[in-house]
Amino acid sequence: MLDIMKYFTLKEVKKSLVISIWFMILTFPIMVIKVNTIENTVVWRWTSLIGMGIGSFLMATLWRYLIDRKNMKSDISDKKTLQMKVMDWANENPKYKKIALVAVILFIAAFPFFTSMYQTSIMTTALMYVVLGLGLNIVVGLGGLLHLGYAAFYAVGAYTYALLNYHFGLSFWICLPIGAGLSTIMGILLAIPVLRLRGDYLAIVTLGFGEVIRIVLENWNEFSFGPSGVANIPRPGFFGMSMKLQTATIYIYFIMIAMVIFTIFVVRRLENSRIGRAWIAMREDEIASESMGIDITKSKITTFALGAFWAGMVGVIFAAKTTFINPASFTLWESVMILCVVVIGGMGSIVGVVVGALILILLPEYLRAFSEYRMLLFGAILVLMMVFRPGGIISNIRKKYKFEPTEKSSNIEVEGVK
Amino acid sequence: MDLQYFFELFVGGLTKGSIYALIALGYTMVYGIIKLINFAHGEIYMIGAFTALILASALSFTGMNPVLIFLIATILAIFFSASYGVTMEKIAYKPLRGSQRLSALISAIGMSMFLQNYVLLAQTSDFLPFPNLIPEFKFLEPYKSLISSSGLIILVTTAIVMILLTYLIKFTKTGKAMRATSQDAKMAQLLGINISKVITMTFIIGSSTAALGGVLISTHVGQLNFYIGFLTGIKAFVAAVLGGIGSIPGAVLGSFVLAWTESFGTGYISSDYEDVFAFLFLIIILIFRPSGILGRPENKKV
Repeated sequence: MLDIMKYFTLKEVKKSLVISIWFMILTFPIMVIKVNTIENTVVWRWTSLIGMGIGSFLMATLWRYLIDRKNMKSDISDKKTLQMKVMDWANENPKYKKIALVAVILFIAAFPFFTSMYQTSIMTTALMYVVLGLGLNIVVGLGGLLHLGYAAFYAVGAYTYALLNYHFGLSFWICLPIGAGLSTIMGILLAIPVLRLRGDYLAIVTLGFGEVIRIVLENWNEFSFGPSGVANIPRPGFFGMSMKLQTATIYIYFIMIAMVIFTIFVVRRLENSRIGRAWIAMREDEIASESMGIDITKSKITTFALGAFWAGMVGVIFAAKTTFINPASFTLWESVMILCVVVIGGMGSIVGVVVGALILILLPEYLRAFSEYRMLLFGAILVLMMVFRPGGIISNIRKKYKFEPTEKSSNIEVEGVK
Repeated sequence: MDLQYFFELFVGGLTKGSIYALIALGYTMVYGIIKLINFAHGEIYMIGAFTALILASALSFTGMNPVLIFLIATILAIFFSASYGVTMEKIAYKPLRGSQRLSALISAIGMSMFLQNYVLLAQTSDFLPFPNLIPEFKFLEPYKSLISSSGLIILVTTAIVMILLTYLIKFTKTGKAMRATSQDAKMAQLLGINISKVITMTFIIGSSTAALGGVLISTHVGQLNFYIGFLTGIKAFVAAVLGGIGSIPGAVLGSFVLAWTESFGTGYISSDYEDVFAFLFLIIILIFRPSGILGRPENKKV
């Protein structure tokens, strides 16, 4: 164990002091002086300088402690993490696992009936991010392709429903597959030109693609009604019945629940299928996997297509839920937000993405007091997460083949730890 | 064709391209050395501009000579931006050295969000007018519609910076170390080059030029807010990729090509789609020449 007192010796304190002075100088113009060039006033905020000094002093000490701890940890890699302990416990006690599962299902099913409509609505949003995260997880987590234009596919789905409904009066249920299909086609269209690009180039081209879609939607007034967007999109119907707002909210909540279950089911199956294995191999090493007979072209196109598929579907539901869409909902920050869900949750891990989406969407909603600092905290969390826990909250544990010498040594037990 | 209009667009593109070039240099140098897209670079540019605005307005109450104020504010802005760049590297990128590239990239995105909101919360979300410090030059009177005095300053400063930088990279020891590191970091280390120092130096230079670009464009446009870094940063990055990321002449060339594309695109086709031209151009270039105009194709290795 690390001795915490070590960080309060004179030498260490001096180090922290130097860092805190550095930060006081660094943040001086922006934190202390506040100018208003319109009214020509200058406010000097000396208190924030003191706050900055004390804050950075403490942070510097904490930072060094955490870095040391991280380095210590990598030395003892065999140590079981909390996450592994929980999983072992669940595997050993299948009875409790079942009880916990039933409790979760009951809670989810009963949620809209004992909370307010507002809560249900927020939960629906969180569930939408679960599906979006799982979709992006196919591209980023499994395929290893950094995609920064994911919101564009989301927009395609939303606009498909909004415009088809506006012009032809098509209903939600007809538009759901159309939106998903169109979005998939867009995914393929994007995938074909970027096949040759890797890594950072891919990131910037997908980013550009996302921005192009948004700007076109913003400016092509005849097609998408420009920045004012499309309003009065009908909520999904239930065999032609019209519903009150409250019932409709609950109804969408359950549609989303069904979507999430469907998505998890499909993504799990995909992950362990031939295609999924090919994606993972491609993520690890493109050339090596190609030499093992994996069709990289096909793999890349399928990751983009399937990733886009979910975004299109959620887009349709989003349009139906909010009943109003405009291009401002599909900015780059939306893409980054979905990326955050995947990264903070844990790339490649389904449970991780679900947890990530719930935390990232629900936490800011309940911590209204911090709403101003939301993006600031997100940014800081992204950095800290990458530095201290790059695998995410629930990291994807690789499948391991465990050899356990049993009585018959030829009997090799294969254990899939997920 | 209206020649006057053409020249206006041309010079407009030239000033814009200069600013892109000043920012793109940071991207391309950092990429060349640590193979990381420094997404927060646009924020450094914004912080540079903001610091200059704050200091210049605070100083202007002392009643100093505006040109002197401008110089002091610019130098201090460069100093602060370089410090931010170095600190950022120490916090967000150094611990990630040697880990997956995706992690570093996400860390950079996080840093960008953090810095943007830090300025937003500590200052304001409104557009602030930049104090008018540069006097109108007399000799530019006949060409007034073509180029303003701040535009001229941008062009001259960029040219000087480019020459200095070329000298630094080509003929000094630091530049040699930088080139060596970008070729093969491991080998450079074996030969006794302090990689950490080289990286710090890169961040200092990149952030300084970005800050200079920020100050210059703010005086030219006359206003700024916390969000200016984002789009400009991405455009500069596009420029760096266009020219071939990792290559310094490529970044400069890419910046001018991009700026002219935008300038003529908006001038002759439609001003609504300014950003679309930039991105479409990028996508087209990358499809036909994935390593950019001057970039060397990356060797694929297992």
